[in-house]
Amino acid sequence: MRAGPLFTGLILTLLALFTASLLIGPAQIGPLESLRALLAGDGGPLTLVMREIRLPRAVLAVMVGGSLGLAGAAMQGYLRNPLADPGLIGVSGSAALGAVLAIQTGFAAGFALGLPLAALAGALAGVFVVLALAGPRGTSLTLILAGIAISSLTAALISLVLNLSPNPFAANEIVFWMMGSLADRSMTHVWIALPFIALGAVLLASLARGLDALTLGEDAASAMGIRLPRLRLVLVIGTACVIGASTAVAGSIGFVGLVVPHILRRWVGARPGRLLGASALGGAAMVLAADIAVRVVVPSKDLKLGVLTALVGAPLFLHMIYRTRREGL
Amino acid sequence: MAVAGESPARPSRVVSLNLCTDQLAMMLADEGQLLSVSDLAYDPRSSAMVEEAKGYRKNHGLAEEIYLLDPDLVLAGRFTTRATVSMLQRLGIAVITLDPAYSLDDVRARIAEMGEALQQQDRAAGMLRDFDAQLAQLQAEVSRRPRTALYYANGYTTGDRTLAGQILLAAGLSNVAAEAGIGAGGTMPLEVLAMIAPELLVTSTPYPGESRSEDILEHPVVETLRRTLPGAGFTDRDWICGTPYVLRAIENMAELRRQTEQGEN
Amino acid sequence: MSNEPLLSVSGLSVTLRGRPVLSDVSFDVGPHEVIGLIGANGAGKTTLMRACLGLIDHRGHSSLADLPPQQRSKMAAWMPQAREIAWPVTVETLVMLGRIPHLDARQRPSQADCDAVDQVLKAMGLEEFRQRTATRLSGGEQARALLARAMAQDTPLLMADEPIAGLDPAHQISTMQSFARLAQAGRSVIVSLHDLGLAARHCTRLIVLDKGRITADGAPGDVLTPDLIRDTFGITAWYENTDQGPVFQPLEVLE
Repeated sequence: MRAGPLFTGLILTLLALFTASLLIGPAQIGPLESLRALLAGDGGPLTLVMREIRLPRAVLAVMVGGSLGLAGAAMQGYLRNPLADPGLIGVSGSAALGAVLAIQTGFAAGFALGLPLAALAGALAGVFVVLALAGPRGTSLTLILAGIAISSLTAALISLVLNLSPNPFAANEIVFWMMGSLADRSMTHVWIALPFIALGAVLLASLARGLDALTLGEDAASAMGIRLPRLRLVLVIGTACVIGASTAVAGSIGFVGLVVPHILRRWVGARPGRLLGASALGGAAMVLAADIAVRVVVPSKDLKLGVLTALVGAPLFLHMIYRTRREGL
Repeated sequence: MAVAGESPARPSRVVSLNLCTDQLAMMLADEGQLLSVSDLAYDPRSSAMVEEAKGYRKNHGLAEEIYLLDPDLVLAGRFTTRATVSMLQRLGIAVITLDPAYSLDDVRARIAEMGEALQQQDRAAGMLRDFDAQLAQLQAEVSRRPRTALYYANGYTTGDRTLAGQILLAAGLSNVAAEAGIGAGGTMPLEVLAMIAPELLVTSTPYPGESRSEDILEHPVVETLRRTLPGAGFTDRDWICGTPYVLRAIENMAELRRQTEQGEN
Repeated sequence: MSNEPLLSVSGLSVTLRGRPVLSDVSFDVGPHEVIGLIGANGAGKTTLMRACLGLIDHRGHSSLADLPPQQRSKMAAWMPQAREIAWPVTVETLVMLGRIPHLDARQRPSQADCDAVDQVLKAMGLEEFRQRTATRLSGGEQARALLARAMAQDTPLLMADEPIAGLDPAHQISTMQSFARLAQAGRSVIVSLHDLGLAARHCTRLIVLDKGRITADGAPGDVLTPDLIRDTFGITAWYENTDQGPVFQPLEVLE
């Protein structure tokens, strides 16, 4: 299998980007000094910076990116449609709505896992509606239309909730929930997202065989021993877990789940099962790279991650729509 | 009250649209002279004069409700909605616009301007005398100025060229924003704040209702600073407007400085 | 294989959207059989095969449908009529998908899996297509690749829905011959088809479906009587056992 070098390459890229993410920031600190402060820990401000600011940021980038790539690959495999992306089909948006509601109602402050749980519930509703609208084998058109409808509705509701908030800052945060950012996150966010992302990743990874079989259609897959109702349930819960948790801590970041599987598909021989792991690694690398870029390009502003991923993803998306139309799908 | 000798130019139906003009007008206007103040004046988080404001009608800065109050003078801030202000001017209502205060001198100037606008120059002069006297008392000699960071939602900080910065300086503190190259206002990333390692941390009082912008004030780095630094304080409504209440802010900061110094000794 | 039939169906009925599609169908399939499932459009051929596999709700009994999915997938392979290949995989990968029921927990193909794929590719004359992208093949080539996939599942029973539709004559014949080879090896094939000539020559047994009922079940020579051809298909036909084997040629449509 050609996939061996691919996975090695992805892991090396990921490690390099992770290190770079730890070393790049507004406080100019030498690389060796930074790593020493991170590993040794002298209780000084440098250790504080490395352990409480840069480390959680890099770890979250890996978790969030991995989630987006994995969920994108899984949804595409299930729907047999390369346009399925958790952001585009409104799952991230509904997760963000869940998170916003939890924060504004005080549910999130009530107990530690309130925020990711609410986002998970939102994502669950989003996946459910998309699958109900698009059907078992969603055509591109129904999928995109369902996505537009859900995204618009959740965006409107998020704006409404934030505008009703007594906090004057809340209304300005609409853009965070729409575009996503990893700025000023802490280890707390890592710990509340980690259990859900880990659970969701395990669930989605277990679908590899079923998604491979679905290449041949539902009938052939069933005849090969795949239990489709169970697969669908695991897919919905797994996607809701990873997207809910990542959106709760980082807002909704679009296009990662579209771009990464698209690029990596040819490298795994187009096998949906193989694509899961590759897309998780690729997604993590893409979000790490985007998060480094927002710090390097405009260091003084909190440029949103979704801006960069959309700049890369939207043209590709348009190209794919064009190709889909040409092929008459 | 109304005496024949009073200046005919004194406005009798004054409406204020801005939190800062609200407060100055309430301090300087005659009873009955000021009709209405803005809704922010009733908000205890931004207004130092909530109790006083209850004696006036509340407005929301909307041109039509202002017009129906039939004012002969409208007081606005520089950043009051331009559309409202120009609409009122087209309707033939006199509008006086006051700049925000960026320094203690600006505060004195605003008091004087408000005195002019309301034709209450004597009262304004009296207020200025008190202001100068109290300020002189507060500005004690300091041997060392503890390095202080002002930190607000979204990692925003303000430097020496702002009212908050001036309050720090007047209280005998120095502002670390200058070390980060920030003179007026700007974002100071968390890690820059951590590396600058201030001696005192002054953060804004969080608003009710959650916001991600204010999460930064509870970030582990800020929490660690609060816990480990010799002193930590909060900015409040006294810091917002150029009124004599800034003296209270200076007093609180000076008190924080003294506590810090005692802690060191 | 023991004396157990590979498939045993009794009293199988299917109702789709309130309309009876299959009524009280019963038959057994033993080893060494190539069963042609024939009947007019809408007679219920596809429904019968899907119901036998337990892919749709049904009444009555099918030995395969009663098995748990995992176990069933080792007993019967299924090639649906829809030529669905969702992703641009190579022919080799496509055929390897047929090994899914046999993969171990690590889901890596073993040597046995690779050997099975090689064998099937050879049997179906697809060796030169091995590294070609399946989605870019012609319709007939895709059909052969998909059939090869079903064969790679390596089950005692293979069910294929119109596998030779759209194939060129040479590949139609060679495909039917490969079914015969499977039958010789003790397996059985159920195949739906419209080409009665090929059915007459290559099937060991024909099951005729008409309006959801079995109207005939037996050796081609016994089934393809002029009366049945007339009643089931509404045509006349010429049928002879020649020295080159049975020849069946449809002639005219009856008014």
